[in-house]
Amino acid sequence: MRKLAMIAAVALPMFGTAAFAQETVKIGYIDPLSGGGASVGEVGYKTFQFLADELNAKGGILGKKVEIVPLDNKTNPQESLIQAQKAIDAGVRYVTQGNGSSVAGALSDFVTKFNDRNPGKEVLYFNYAAVDPVLTNDKCSFWHFRWDANSDIKMEALTNYMKGVPAIKKVYLINQDYSFGESVRTTAKKMLASKRPDIQVVGDELHPLLKITDFAPYIAKIKASGADSVITGNWGQDFALLLKAAADAGLKVNWYTYYAGGTGGPTAVKQANLNHQVFQVGEGIPNIDHKPSQEFEKALRAKYDFSLFYPRAVNEMRMFAAAAEKAKSLDPVKVAAALEGMEWDVFNGGKGVMRKSDHQFFQPMYISSLGERSEKEPFDEEKTGWGWKMVAKIDTAATELPTTCKMERP
Amino acid sequence: MLELIVISTLNGVLFGMLLFLMASGLTVIFSMLGVLNFAHASFYMLGAFFGFQISRWVGFWPALLIAPLLAGAIGAGVERYGLRRVHKNGHVAELLFTFGLAFAIEEIVQIIWGKSPVDFRVPPLLDFPAFTIFSTNYPAFKMFMLAVSIVIFVGLLVVLKKTRIGLIVQAALTHPHMVGHLGHNVGRIFMLVFGVGTALAAVAGVIAGPALVTQSNMAGLLGPILFVVVVVGGLGSLPGAFVASLLIGLVQTFAVSMNGSLAGAFGPLSPDYAATWLSDIWNVTIAQIAPIMPYLLLVLILIFRPMGLLGTRDT
Repeated sequence: MRKLAMIAAVALPMFGTAAFAQETVKIGYIDPLSGGGASVGEVGYKTFQFLADELNAKGGILGKKVEIVPLDNKTNPQESLIQAQKAIDAGVRYVTQGNGSSVAGALSDFVTKFNDRNPGKEVLYFNYAAVDPVLTNDKCSFWHFRWDANSDIKMEALTNYMKGVPAIKKVYLINQDYSFGESVRTTAKKMLASKRPDIQVVGDELHPLLKITDFAPYIAKIKASGADSVITGNWGQDFALLLKAAADAGLKVNWYTYYAGGTGGPTAVKQANLNHQVFQVGEGIPNIDHKPSQEFEKALRAKYDFSLFYPRAVNEMRMFAAAAEKAKSLDPVKVAAALEGMEWDVFNGGKGVMRKSDHQFFQPMYISSLGERSEKEPFDEEKTGWGWKMVAKIDTAATELPTTCKMERP
Repeated sequence: MLELIVISTLNGVLFGMLLFLMASGLTVIFSMLGVLNFAHASFYMLGAFFGFQISRWVGFWPALLIAPLLAGAIGAGVERYGLRRVHKNGHVAELLFTFGLAFAIEEIVQIIWGKSPVDFRVPPLLDFPAFTIFSTNYPAFKMFMLAVSIVIFVGLLVVLKKTRIGLIVQAALTHPHMVGHLGHNVGRIFMLVFGVGTALAAVAGVIAGPALVTQSNMAGLLGPILFVVVVVGGLGSLPGAFVASLLIGLVQTFAVSMNGSLAGAFGPLSPDYAATWLSDIWNVTIAQIAPIMPYLLLVLILIFRPMGLLGTRDT
């Protein structure tokens, strides 16, 4: 009898939370919250929480509160699947993930198989930062939606800008040794060869992911090659330390990057004293003359100690809410159908569209450089005093690339 | 080509010296206590964060002195109240203790300073290029790092070989029990050595913090390679650690600067094998495998010379 009472005492509150769970929309946030990727994953988690709060302040989605469930995947594909299963068991129907294309590939595959086997219990996967093009091409899935521009789109924008800079003669490529870095280097070589055949690729380096502490030997190699520009997809500490070593050696080249704005990046750029010599391609920066996004930036900075690194996450959450309202349902199948082809006024201004054929979101892209600010750039980064300045804007239409995706719909 | 060789040599020596700064403490602790201190790199990290915090308050130079003293005091405390009790349960318990300690320190650092890198700057006094060679600058701060390593190496050697306490440490290296039987306060000496060892790691931290990056996973990044240095040099041998640090620094730096691959040496692989695992091996460059070179060296040393390059004790 006592045993029974104890079981009841433990089980009843569990039923209680299960009943309560019906009242919330749970989004499983599967990203590194410990280990080498933690600094990035932590910022992402807080960003999503901030966005959930924003939706809840307006009454949630279809009257239900939005809740972000943090799940630590340690940047490991295997661990991510365990976490995804755990989330699904806890009643999560929407998962979001961004760090690491290796993780994204595994997760997309997992969700697709799960949905095949469990009709009526479908799960949607919102990808906010994993940019391997294959996810919306050969390995595309109806259940996967990507808000970040894929690596090819970013390289297309970057090389289009580089095409118009005659001073670029010799380019050095340095990237992380995994699927994403591989994709950056091959696309860069291909696109440069067709757009500016006169540019010489003087180096093509792959280094281990998140393991190098001193990049001085790599910098010596870049210097010896005589390069005037470097293209890199490095993120996190791999970018910060690379720049730091460049600063120490006094290497003065222009840097064309994907993620210079990530944690530690702006600090390293400032230390290297590369005033407006580091360029980044992305879907937005704080210093775009657009009132609503600047208001958002101010509110975020007032609450947390970082700037918005994921404008795409804002688009993701707001579009999710809009799609659910449009479908008048939180059933993932109906939400997915509503998201397909959805047109959207993006966070930093301008039109965007979630392409129906591959579930890739297309939006205006910006090339920006980090350095001293004028009155037009109110925001600095990481308290360095330096901020992002827009140098080129690419309209949505110009970012659209063909896809090889053959979408299978349920 | 000459340019790359000269610069790579310099870089290799610089990286080697940084490794030595850390490995010296580890090897001194090992020679005395017989404990492979897994938390050693964590004290290096503590040194960096203490250095960062103290230099905020009173400047870099006092930090260079205070941070190692603080970390050394913590190290001594860990030995006195932790390791000494665990010691009764044998070496495995000690290893596990230091292993757990490493995680605990990392968590504490994350709680206090967060997971992102902190902005630890090179002091203005040393923030200029010392000299320029082949149009590459060499920061004065790195030269300072080099000088400190050499001073510590010489200082430690003198203490170990010429002083009374060094004599006891030497004796403990080969006959730890006999030293105890002779009536020395082995407990206090152990505490002192552990404290000095961790303080040395902290010195490395304060110096490497501004030169590399100060964040909560810095211990995990350099920890494994320290063991390579100590094992290759010979467990407990200070000159061994010195030679091994330089060797590993040079090997790694030169490997990075080489582009050679099997494809480069023997021509491209025949297309028949293009899609097989062989093509990966064929096309990988020496630069790409540079980071695993030290571990390869570790394996080879353990097979062919288990006592290390200059080691005397076969473990």
